[in-house]
Amino acid sequence: MSSKLAKIEKRTAYFLILPSVLLVFSIILFPIFSNIWISFKNVELKDLRIPEPRAKKLVKSINDNPNQIKVIYKLRNSSLTQEITNVKFKDKYPDDIEPISLNNKCLFKSNLLKCELGNWPKKYRENLEIVFQNINNQEISKKEIKSYKPKLSGKSQNILLTYEFTLNNFKKVIKDKAFIDLLSTTFYYTFFGTIGAIFFGILAAQMVNQKFFGRTFMRSVLLFPYVAPVVALAYTWELLLDPTSGTLNNLLINYQIIDGPINLLGQKYVTLNILGFDFKLRLALTTVIIFEIWRYFPLAFLFILARLQAVPKELYEAADVDGANPIQKFLNITLPQILAVISILFMIRFIWNFNKFEDIFLLTGGASGTRTLPINVYQQGFSIGDIGMGSAVSIVIVVFLLIFMFIYFKLLGKRADEN
Amino acid sequence: MKIKNIFTYCFISSLFLFSLICIWKILVTLQGIELTNFNFNKLFIFGIILCAINLLIGKKLNLNIKIILLALLFSIFDYFISTNLPIWYSFGIFLISLFFFNNIKDYDKNFLSKNHSSQKLFFNFLTLFGITLFSFVILFPFYMMLVTSFKTQALLLLNPLDFSINFAQGLPELFKSYFIVFKDYNFGRYMLTSTIVSLGTVIITLIFAIPAAYAVARLNFFGKNFLSTSILIIYLFPAIVLVIPLYTIFSQLGLRNSIEGLLIVYTATTLPVAIYMLQGYFKSIPKELEEAGIIDGQNWLGIIFKIILPLSLPAISSVALYVFMIAWNEFLFSLMFLDRPNTFTLSRAIQFLNVGAETPRQYLMAGSVVVTLPILIIFVYFEKYLVSGLTAGSVKG
Repeated sequence: MSSKLAKIEKRTAYFLILPSVLLVFSIILFPIFSNIWISFKNVELKDLRIPEPRAKKLVKSINDNPNQIKVIYKLRNSSLTQEITNVKFKDKYPDDIEPISLNNKCLFKSNLLKCELGNWPKKYRENLEIVFQNINNQEISKKEIKSYKPKLSGKSQNILLTYEFTLNNFKKVIKDKAFIDLLSTTFYYTFFGTIGAIFFGILAAQMVNQKFFGRTFMRSVLLFPYVAPVVALAYTWELLLDPTSGTLNNLLINYQIIDGPINLLGQKYVTLNILGFDFKLRLALTTVIIFEIWRYFPLAFLFILARLQAVPKELYEAADVDGANPIQKFLNITLPQILAVISILFMIRFIWNFNKFEDIFLLTGGASGTRTLPINVYQQGFSIGDIGMGSAVSIVIVVFLLIFMFIYFKLLGKRADEN
Repeated sequence: MKIKNIFTYCFISSLFLFSLICIWKILVTLQGIELTNFNFNKLFIFGIILCAINLLIGKKLNLNIKIILLALLFSIFDYFISTNLPIWYSFGIFLISLFFFNNIKDYDKNFLSKNHSSQKLFFNFLTLFGITLFSFVILFPFYMMLVTSFKTQALLLLNPLDFSINFAQGLPELFKSYFIVFKDYNFGRYMLTSTIVSLGTVIITLIFAIPAAYAVARLNFFGKNFLSTSILIIYLFPAIVLVIPLYTIFSQLGLRNSIEGLLIVYTATTLPVAIYMLQGYFKSIPKELEEAGIIDGQNWLGIIFKIILPLSLPAISSVALYVFMIAWNEFLFSLMFLDRPNTFTLSRAIQFLNVGAETPRQYLMAGSVVVTLPILIIFVYFEKYLVSGLTAGSVKG
């Protein structure tokens, strides 16, 4: 009896889960695996269009003879790269019309013109001309003939489904001189973006954890950058930082803090002189990181605040009795309490900043030294049009991601063990 | 009382006052008023003097009279060293110094002779200053977005620092950019598309996620543990690694440039987190309630609809709002899948405006306000639900 119930329960469970599993499998897991397939292929953007045989129908009247008409089919292979085999052609005609002469490829039977056009190489073009006459010697209506559209079919190889593989994409990715630079930019961006967001998150959480007028309002305001659409924010920042008419540059010039405008998003390096030493700072990358921090510190803030509010007040009261100063209280009470949250936040934010695409894409488009791995996926795949290369870069990202996830779940498991 | 403490007190206080004044001056400059100097030296030294006076008076005078007196002194001093500024500027200075002296009114010799007084002082000011600065830095871009949309191209080029709103020109002139954005740039249509896509995503996601989450939370079946851990792992995979295969598959299936294609992708990407959030909540509902339902002869459909759903309405609202926000703000897939203007969502349309021919920036900003405002209104109105959604779904973003 109970085993029967268990069976029913099982069946119900699968029934409830199956739709979700199928959807997630086809839209998320299947693409991740097909990335591997595509990355070993030499595919370009223009290969994605499936080659089609096409025909343009022109109808011309023949001089002095309204009972006859000439039909020209302009045939072509739409693909510039691939062959179409076994092309078949079909077109319909009105009842009382028949062709005067036909070549051996075509047949006319019960109002239907059928042709076997054979194999078309790439870029193939041909004109098919046929003269028709009316059986009853009546005038032919051009309009009626034009109203029928020819139908063509043919077989072509889908380049994605062939079994030809190449290692070239990965060779190109790794041999690329810019690859090391790409990796270092990605890690620089990810690391400082994450650290900065967590640092400001702690600061903000510390502040909002105290009582002051307008505290709930303040908490909402701090979350604005995180909930607002990235497109709007990125373009606002772009206007704000614009070298000629941007507010920030004009403000700094107005108060004589800088002499001339600085192109914060368009300049790769800036040389800073600190204590007599020259430092080369990656300016555009730093600006993008600051945007990143501005947009994502609210998340760190939200987490840390929730944790701070759970810290027992007695701990602080006891510290006051012991005569601890504010810094000691922070280091010895607050920090140990929020350390667990911070480490998890660090891992999550690190993974997400590593994959961040929109922010950089909208601000700089990957120019002036801000090209990270995700930006490179887009540029290879869609700007250059090399889908195979784009996929290969995606695979590099997935490999890094798997490493980070492994560390993350190890950490999570360790935390679970401790509690 | 240590002399060091007095010195740090005066120094930090005056620096804080000066920073507040700086923010005020920047705001005033942005109203189009010519102001080219912070007067650091004079204001800072005068601030130190006033802080010292505040300490000397202590509690000998009524505290309210003391702060008003000190604030008046400071604003009059500022009035004399700066020229040709409107009266509301000085009034602002007065209010700020009032706020400042109100904060330091309790500091007297006794306070300064206590332990750690200078550290306490420092953190007290850091908090106040931090709150001011954080609000300024967070809100300024939003403010700029709004005000730019109310301006004309000529005014923007004439003085890039003028962020005053001229109400005298009348509402139709003020909202001109919005009329143009909706009329000439078809934003009404894009807004409709965005709304349909976002609401559609919410509905389909919930239809898929609620039964699945119920099964994961309550029923026993082979592969349950594997499924619940893989939900989280799948959720951590970013859109950028899906984009190329999905693009190739969608172009060959002819699903690009269609709202259906977008709906499928949005639903699939939000489904894992929706299941993850809902199953956590379903587990917290007492099992006895369902057992009562089974005794009453309900099948699983009845249990979900009559028992689980009414009880988990707050969690479902959180998920719905969170999914709505993700779908409304989504950019990468809409960039990849939509290239015909009649299928654009708002985000894609704004990007198209920016990339396309020189679009005047007030139109761009009007478009940005149109896409931002709904989500901010929803956020402020449903803050409680959205915050819990954000916290639970925060592994992504």
